Amino acid sequence: MSQDSRNARAAQPAAGDAGTVRVTLTVNGADHELLIDSRVTLLDALRDELALTGTKKGCDQGACGACTVLVDGRRVLSCLTLAAQCDRRQVATIEGLSSDGRLHPLQEAFLRHDGFQCGYCTPGQIMSAVALLHEGRTGSDDEIREFMSGNICRCGAYPNIVAAIREVARQGAR
Amino acid sequence: MRAFEYVRADDIGAAVALVSGDPAAQYLAGGTTQVDLMLKDGILEPERVVDITRLPLRGITADDRTLRVGALTTMEELAADPTVAERLPFARTALLAGASTQLRNMATIGGNLLQRTRCRYFRDPGVPDCNKRTPSSGCAAITGAGARMHAILGAGETCIALHASDLCVPLVALDTVVRVRGTDGERRIPLTEFYLLPGDRPDLETVLRHGDLVTAIEIPLPPAAIRSGYLKVRDRASYEFALVSVAAALTVEDGTITEARLGLGGVGTIPWRARAAEQVLTGAPATVETYRAAAEAELRAPFTVPGTAFKPELARRTIVRALEELGGDRT
Ligand SMILES: Cc1cc2nc3c(=O)[nH]c(=O)nc-3n(C[C@H](O)[C@H](O)[C@H](O)COP(=O)(O)OP(=O)(O)OC[C@H]3O[C@@H](n4cnc5c(N)ncnc54)[C@H](O)[C@@H]3O)c2cc1C
Ligand code: SF4
Ligand code: FES
Ligand code: FES
Repeated sequence: MSQDSRNARAAQPAAGDAGTVRVTLTVNGADHELLIDSRVTLLDALRDELALTGTKKGCDQGACGACTVLVDGRRVLSCLTLAAQCDRRQVATIEGLSSDGRLHPLQEAFLRHDGFQCGYCTPGQIMSAVALLHEGRTGSDDEIREFMSGNICRCGAYPNIVAAIREVARQGAR
Repeated sequence: MRAFEYVRADDIGAAVALVSGDPAAQYLAGGTTQVDLMLKDGILEPERVVDITRLPLRGITADDRTLRVGALTTMEELAADPTVAERLPFARTALLAGASTQLRNMATIGGNLLQRTRCRYFRDPGVPDCNKRTPSSGCAAITGAGARMHAILGAGETCIALHASDLCVPLVALDTVVRVRGTDGERRIPLTEFYLLPGDRPDLETVLRHGDLVTAIEIPLPPAAIRSGYLKVRDRASYEFALVSVAAALTVEDGTITEARLGLGGVGTIPWRARAAEQVLTGAPATVETYRAAAEAELRAPFTVPGTAFKPELARRTIVRALEELGGDRT
């Protein structure tokens, strides 16, 4: 399926093929037209159709936050979102965070504070933290912990994750 | 996982007609229950999925007495509303104590009312005996070892599945009204009459007919709710369902309780309005003794299995603590 749908522009849905859907996803500012199975989640569309594998699949069931991306500026779980629901929405993933080869301040802070071990949860943590800054929920360590609780880290890097977020929040960087 | 046709609804009446006329069609809102049960667990198998998220049913309006919340308003949007913060503090606390920010950005208010139970046997297609999924097939939770997140009120031999919403606990205490659009027009249903106890048909969960669309809820803004609290007891500090939760609103005048509204979560097969406790509280002195008597009255006849045997006592203590925090102790 994925080979065909990478050429979605050329493909036409077979007449009566009710199980497919045509979607335009705007990912990190670039438009992608896809012809995909209606069951494809946003997570699978990003990873399998668009080869954007920075967004991770952890539980694939809403429990871990590894798949966190922003849709129209709000953080959501891409594993419980149908790609079809995101037609003409703005999707932001970890791949779009750096600009001109420079890492986002949160990415730098995660490096500086060892905010990860295996790194599997990290793209989700960072996308969540980007949203957290915009939400203004970085007033205290307790507040950071509470509003980052949707991102689980099996390696237990939590103290360093909080330290990284706290530092960027204090600098007032966005 | 069965293939389905995806339809994006852009008209309320057309969406209602489409789903009402097709037994194999289901609505999709934020998807946090629906996508989970369709794609991951394979418990729901619609042939047609009608995405309602672009219908004009999003937004909050308030007058002095009522807050009207469109069904597609998200949990985060409702939690951020200034009227909720000022007039319904326990609803705001309940919202923010639920799920995670990511899920609250997706989850809609209509979907929250209609979320399906987290009963692990219901969600496991490998388990054949579940009266809710397959009528008259039995109940794996009653005999199973894993019934911890299950109900003790409104429960019985047929089903002990919990309604796990936090938000619905203050909503049911507030006498919230649900606005529903069906093929024959719009009607208003009190939330206290919206859900059905399992009885001998655990598969029937609400009074809705197939295709009925929740368009909005109307939340009264009683003065009593300004002094309100939501206390949620759970296995971890955040991002976890309640073992027991209490939504309470109290008005105390000269040491006497003049108005009491109480809802319980984590214990009921439906969002639980604690009327027996309210009766004990109203007109009684605001003392710990009264709170204990109220808790006792509500938990008089719980239905427990070994996994939930701890819950009645936990529920009593949580009720007493929630009331004490609000009303103090005038002994
Ligand atoms: C990991 C996890 C943790 C969670 N933790 C909590 C928690 O702590 N507290 C809590 O309260 N909840 C919790 N939830 C549940 C969550 O709040 C609900 O799943 C959510 O509110 C459902 O809303 P939705 O918009 O995603 O609905 P959907 O999943 O889209 O729909 C749910 C059901 O309602 C139907 N439906 C939706 N909208 C309408 C409508 N307007 N009219 C008619 N039918 C409709 C759908 O057909 C479907 O059957 C959690 C969920 C997950 C996945
Ligand atoms: S408690 Fe209800 S939902 Fe769970 S297995 Fe028993 S019948 Fe099914
Ligand atoms: S992969 Fe989406 S929450 Fe775990
Ligand atoms: S760094 Fe390994 S899961 Fe978080």
